[in-house]
Parts: sequence; structure tokens; C-alpha cells
Amino acid sequence: MNLYTRRILTNRIGIALSMVAMAFGLAALMWILWTLFYNGFSALSWDFFTQDTPAPGTEGGGLRNAIVGSLMIIGVTTLVSTPIGILAGIYLAEFGATSKFAATTRFVTDIMLSAPSIVVGLFVYALMVATLGGFSGWAGSVALSLIAIPVVVRTTENMLLLVPTALREAAFAVGAPRWQVSLKVTLRAVKAGVVTGILLAIARVMGETAPLLFTALNNQFFSTDMSQPMGNLPVVIFQFAMSPYDNWVSLAWGGALLIALLVLGINIIARVLFRNKSSA
Amino acid sequence: MSVATPPIDLHAAQVRKFKLQDMFFHQVTLLFAFIVLAALAGILISLAIEAMPAFRQFGLSFLWTNVWNVPEDQFGALSAIYGTVVTSIIALVIAVPISFGIALFLTETCPAWMRRPLGTAIELLAGVPSIIYGIWGLFVFAPLFSKYVQPYLQTAVGDTPIISGWFAGAPIGIGILTAGIVLSLMVIPFVASVMRDVFETVPPQLKESAYGVGCTTWEVVTHIVLPYTRVGVIGGIMLGLGRALGETMAVTFVIGNANRIVGSLFAPGTSIASTLANEFGEADPGLHISSLFALGLVLFVITFIVLAISQWLIKRGIAKQGI
Repeated sequence: MNLYTRRILTNRIGIALSMVAMAFGLAALMWILWTLFYNGFSALSWDFFTQDTPAPGTEGGGLRNAIVGSLMIIGVTTLVSTPIGILAGIYLAEFGATSKFAATTRFVTDIMLSAPSIVVGLFVYALMVATLGGFSGWAGSVALSLIAIPVVVRTTENMLLLVPTALREAAFAVGAPRWQVSLKVTLRAVKAGVVTGILLAIARVMGETAPLLFTALNNQFFSTDMSQPMGNLPVVIFQFAMSPYDNWVSLAWGGALLIALLVLGINIIARVLFRNKSSA
Repeated sequence: MSVATPPIDLHAAQVRKFKLQDMFFHQVTLLFAFIVLAALAGILISLAIEAMPAFRQFGLSFLWTNVWNVPEDQFGALSAIYGTVVTSIIALVIAVPISFGIALFLTETCPAWMRRPLGTAIELLAGVPSIIYGIWGLFVFAPLFSKYVQPYLQTAVGDTPIISGWFAGAPIGIGILTAGIVLSLMVIPFVASVMRDVFETVPPQLKESAYGVGCTTWEVVTHIVLPYTRVGVIGGIMLGLGRALGETMAVTFVIGNANRIVGSLFAPGTSIASTLANEFGEADPGLHISSLFALGLVLFVITFIVLAISQWLIKRGIAKQGI
């Protein structure tokens, strides 16, 4: 084989392998989604949304308590992490260009984005559960907030840095103080981007299981009391999937499908929202 | 004629007011940034405090003692550390070439109109919650793996020394190897995204010069793109490693949860994160729970170092763009 043929052949093999890799990635996504629909769709019924998690060995049941619990925990998480994340993001973008403190915060936030979420659960256990006397929905929200905040901080900062300096200078030139420039001009200019960040944060915490295991724990019964252990979808899925009862496993698949649809749906909405605004 | 002083005073008062408000605004945002930093310090400190009893009892040898005996209160982290490291290595061995292929495809050969949807699909794979990977791994992947792949692997390696030991034992589907494979699916999107981003920083002139002298796409990628983006690519791999080390739910479902070290990759094992997920809820106060905190501290310190290196490398890799 001469050099020329060998180079062409190497190239073709390399390109073909890269296509195989791409196909592999797509196939994995399809396979997982298909499995979820195949196993989970039949579980999604009226009962699924209106009945509570069944006791061991009983028939039927649904995930009402877990769905409501998850919504409440995530709602509180959003309310806590949005202001903290946005204000910290404003600091990094508007005041943090040169300071060492801001550089450190930025670095730490980036690490927290990928840090093991189970460790966050341990921390909140030590901080709230062990000291305040028990598992609670609040503790679950705090744990999830610690995971959501870095997402909001980094997207807010990155969005604010995209605002043209001229816009800031124009606002300063008409005499606006710094806080008004930040809140009423720059932040407003990147509203869509910030909302995207919040949506991505919600999608991120929606499926988080590990931090809830030792904080919100689980509750077999319907409860809206955040100071008590609270049912939530991820932990219920974990427990039910590992159980020997067929209806529990089926409910776990239904819950998994529900979470996957919500997470992927939010991800897609966030992308579309951001793309429309940023291209306009 | 006297100069009208009042308006000037008013203006000064306004400026003073704005200055005060601005200072307040600055301090408030600073405070919130500080909260983020304090959270990390808080995690480290609280884990260290809670882990103290275990380290006082077992000393640093906690890290390399292979024992996990709850009834007798004897704890050592070695089997969990072993499982964590081995599953992460398996994950990287599979994920790195595939991520490289995906990044290569997306940046070099993919038709422009397909770039965005395919890139989004890979990013969606990153968005799938880990518990979904876990339930899929346990109910779908593990049975198929034990039925079709594991026996085949065993016959394929036959009696080859060393390697046959990796694939020894009953093909039960769940175990270290399965956990590593499921983990690899989870880290592929992260590694592929970073690789794609750094590949895009290569100046087009460099690539076009290489194409101009007659290089094939493969040669451009291996001789121009990879050397140019080496730092960022390693950073992406480290990010994948950091992710794999700390992943909990997917691993807990499929690793088999056995606190021991067996040479075979088919055997059930445990990782730090899966031990925590399984035992922490029912742990007795005292040495058991403190040992679990110690495991958490070990995991946090390891992932912190790996992720810190990865961030540093990725930043350097992307910053090259300016040159």
C-alpha cells in the first residue's frame, strides 16, 4: 500500500469512527427515552396523580404525595436560590472584574457546579437535620438550593458580561447611580438569559436524589408541612425501583418518565427562550 | 448678582444619596457572593468536624484499611475508594475516545445544519437525571449485559493471564464493570461539550493552512487541532473524572453494594457515594456515622482537587483563543 492510499484510508477510518461515536451518543439517548416510555407510560393514569404512595403489599396507588412534595421543595428552592444567585452574579459581573475575592468566588462556583451532590446532602444533614431534630422539607430545599445557586450565579454573570459597555456608559452619562444601572438597565437587558439560568437550575435540581436522601427523607403520606419529612419523586423512585413489589416498580418507572419529561422539557424551553431573545 | 447656590447643594445631596445607595448595593451583592463562598467552606468544615471521631479512632490508616464491619464498629475506606477509582477509570477509558469522536464529528465533518440539533441532543444527555441512568442500568442494561456481553467477554479472553482475572466470576450483570459503563454514558456529554468548545478555539487559518498543503481531515485533527487544544482537552477529561468520582445514584443502582475488594470487574463492589446513599439513612450515631462523614470528606477533597485542576486547564485552554 503506498503512502497516499494509507493516508486516505486512515482518514476514512477516523471519520467513520467519529460518526460511530456520534451515533452511539444519540442511540444512548434514544434507548433511555424509549425505555422510559415503554415502562413508564402505562403507569401514568388518573390514579397516578390522585392517589398517594401505596403501603407495602397493597395494590394500586399513585405518587400524589411525592409530586406535591417535590413541587413544594423545588418551589422553595427556586425562591431561595433566585435572589441569592442573581445578586451574587451581579457582584461578580459589575464589581468583580479585578478583585481577588471575586476570582475566588468564581472559581468555587465553577467547582460547586460539578461537586458531588451527595456531599451537599451530608452537609445539610450536619447543619440542619442533626441539630434541629429531624428530617424536613426545609432541609431538602436548603440542600437543593446549594446545588441551584451556582447555576444561577454563573449564568447571570455570563449574561451580564455580554451587555455592551456602551449601554452601561449611556446610563451612567445621564446620571444614574450604579445600582440603578445594574438593576434597571443591564439586568433588564439580559432578562431572558437570567430566566434561562433559573430554568436550567430548576431542571438540574428536579432529578437530584442524593441530596434529598438524608434531608427531606421521604413520607408515605400526603403532607404539606415543610418542617416534617416530605415525600418527593426522586427518593420515591429510588426506594420503589429497588423494591420487590411489581406495582412499586411500575410507579417508579412512571415517576422516572415524569421527571425525565419535565427535565428535558424545561431544558428545551430554556434553550428556545434564550435563542429567540439572543438572536432578536 | 449672587450665584444660585441652592441647586448646587441639592445636586451634592443627590450625589451623596446615590453614593450611599451604591455603597449599600455593592455591599449587599458582595454579601451574597460571600454566601456562596461560605457554603463551600461550611461543607468542608462541617464534614471535617463530623469525621473527627472516625479519624481519631482509626487514624489516617482509615484511608487504606480494607474493612467495613458495622456490628463491630471497624471501618476503613479502602474498598469504597477502590470501587470509586476503578469505576471512574473504566468510565473514562470508554468515554474519552467516544467524546473525542463526537467532538470531532460536530466540529469537522458534520453538515452545518445538523450541528445545532445534534449538539443539543448530546447536551440533553447531560441533562438526564442520574436516577434515570440508574433505573435504566438496573432494569434494562444489566440483564442484557449479563446475558449477551459478559459470557462473550469471558470466552473471548479465555485463559489470558491477568486479563482473564478481570472478567472472572458469575456474569450477574451488576458490578463494578456495569457501574463503569453506565458512568461513562453520564460523563460523555460533559467531556464532549468541553472538547467541542476547545476545538472551536483553533484559529481557522491554522486548519486551512494544513488543508492547503494537502492534509486530510484526520491529519488536521491529530496534528493541528489536538496539539493546539491539548490543555483544554485534558481539562475536559478531568471534568469527566470529577463527575464520575462523585456520581451517586446511577452507581448505587448497578454496582451491587458489597463492601469488599475483588479482582474481577464482574464482581459487585461499592463506591464512596453509593456507600453513603445506602448506609447513611440507617447509620447508628457514633463511629458508623462519623466514618460515613469521613468517607464524604475524602470524596469531597478528591473531587475538589480534580475539578480545580480541570477548571484551571479548561480556562487556560479557552483563553488561548485570544492569541
